[in-house]
Amino acid sequence: MALLDVRDVTMKFGELVANDRVSFTVESGAIVGLIGPNGAGKTTLFNCITGFLKPTNGSIHFDGANVTGLTTYQIARLGAVRTFQVVRPLKEMTVFDNVLVGAFLKTSDNREAFARAAECIRLCSLEPLQEKPAGELSIGGKKRLELARALATRPRLLMLDEVMAGLTSTEVKASVEVILRLRESGITLMIVEHVMEGIMPIADKIVVLDGGVKIAEDTPGRIANDERVIEAYLGAKYAQRYKQRKEGEALG
Amino acid sequence: MRRKALDKKDVIWLGFVALLALLPLAPVVAANSFHMHVVILILLFASMSQAWNIIGGYCGQVSFGHSVFFGIGAYGAGMAVVTYGGAPWPGILIGVLLAAAIAVVISYPCFKLSGHYFAIATFAIVEIFNRSFMVWDWVGGAMGLDYPLVKEGLKNLMWYDTKTGYYYCALILFLLIFSVVRWLEGHRFGYYMRAVREGQETAESLGVNSTAVKLAAMALSAALSALCGAFFAQYNLRVDTPMVMSLDMSMKFVLITILGGSGTLVGPLLGAAVLIPLQEYTRAFWGGLGGGVDLIIFGLLIILMVVKQPAGMIGIIGDMHRRFFKHKGIAKGDSADGSP
Repeated sequence: MALLDVRDVTMKFGELVANDRVSFTVESGAIVGLIGPNGAGKTTLFNCITGFLKPTNGSIHFDGANVTGLTTYQIARLGAVRTFQVVRPLKEMTVFDNVLVGAFLKTSDNREAFARAAECIRLCSLEPLQEKPAGELSIGGKKRLELARALATRPRLLMLDEVMAGLTSTEVKASVEVILRLRESGITLMIVEHVMEGIMPIADKIVVLDGGVKIAEDTPGRIANDERVIEAYLGAKYAQRYKQRKEGEALG
Repeated sequence: MRRKALDKKDVIWLGFVALLALLPLAPVVAANSFHMHVVILILLFASMSQAWNIIGGYCGQVSFGHSVFFGIGAYGAGMAVVTYGGAPWPGILIGVLLAAAIAVVISYPCFKLSGHYFAIATFAIVEIFNRSFMVWDWVGGAMGLDYPLVKEGLKNLMWYDTKTGYYYCALILFLLIFSVVRWLEGHRFGYYMRAVREGQETAESLGVNSTAVKLAAMALSAALSALCGAFFAQYNLRVDTPMVMSLDMSMKFVLITILGGSGTLVGPLLGAAVLIPLQEYTRAFWGGLGGGVDLIIFGLLIILMVVKQPAGMIGIIGDMHRRFFKHKGIAKGDSADGSP
């Protein structure tokens, strides 16, 4: 069964239609990528799913329950937790305490929460920085903090909003490793990403938005060949490169 | 585990408390009831400011309305003694509970406002309560409540001969409120309060019901403020609106905490230890003429602090500490930055 089921979600800001009857599903245990050009409505859709915005129309179902119109914290308690594209560290708290706030979602016991926070700090390689005020981290550090903090809540669905943007290719590789490990531990992931090298190889499914409308929902292989997606977003060059790499893998 | 049950800081605190407990035995304090009076006020104002610190410092919701809760506590005790001619205790209990309930009712709409707008709304609330209590005969109106002469002792919470009884009551109040905050600091609710201060939306995205956290922090803060107000009434043997339920009083909650360092455990004590002697000794030296000199000095201190070190005295101490231990810090690898 689908863990997340988005049905005909429309989000209007006055006359501007940011999402227009978008429907898709995220299957339990999968990695689903959400891609599209800037302004396609990816973050708006995230905001609708996580309760930051109430969709004008349509409904969102999480684990069989209708969560449309629930508040952000209620949805987080059900197990759908997000990171922010524009990082939002709790600036004057230390990195460790930031993650600890997340860890306190599922337990009020200090020992358990501290252990969970330490685990997530380690997974996101933040150990050397854990006593620093979160506001002093570099952008890469803040992105990892976003991930560690969301992860500490023990989510069932983790929604990552461009955690790889602005990272070096080594860092992208490290992030990909982390994401794969999360999937192995049973977390379902939904990832908004512009870094195609990051998302295409690991996603089970890609959903493509353009101008607020879903133009494709398919496996990465088929998405790379989809004429509309190439025109709207990927560009012919990337499609070519993706095909060559796939062929290379097939030969090797 | 990162946080032990008893760390170095706690040992220093225990030593400090033991010192305070023995203070009335020291001749310089015992022989002069004015010194004793100053020490009692330091403890009381440190406690009040610490109560404010819960919502204002840790939770980041700057309230200028705390004299309302302080006043409700004072009126609770005062009315039990003066109007109903009994012991103050039931009145104190009712005052504390009522303050918490009123805090929830009036803060709920105010929490829809954020930042400066919240602070402005709380200003208005003090004025509303101040004017209403002034003309409300049941609570004594503009005349206030003057305590009758009754038997001294813990039962009536009144002493006339020496201030030692008051001193120990103030010390218990101080210990109670500081312990509550110390406990909060290390537990989930304390982390949630700070998370709400640093970013309400971020906190919500992590499953924190920020409105509930703010309301609970406000209720606790108001209840403890009311307890301080009750003590203040018992100590002055008088309750009237300008004294307990005014912007002047509200300001003291805020300024002492900010001067000392808001959102820290020691801040309110540091702030009170500076302001209260300043206030009491200038008043003693200059008498009626000197009224306000302390506020002029205090105002200058606040301006200086806001410009030079917004973190308050605790921030200055931190800076000095860092400067002093600079070499050591580098040797330990203070600059170890693992970011790529």
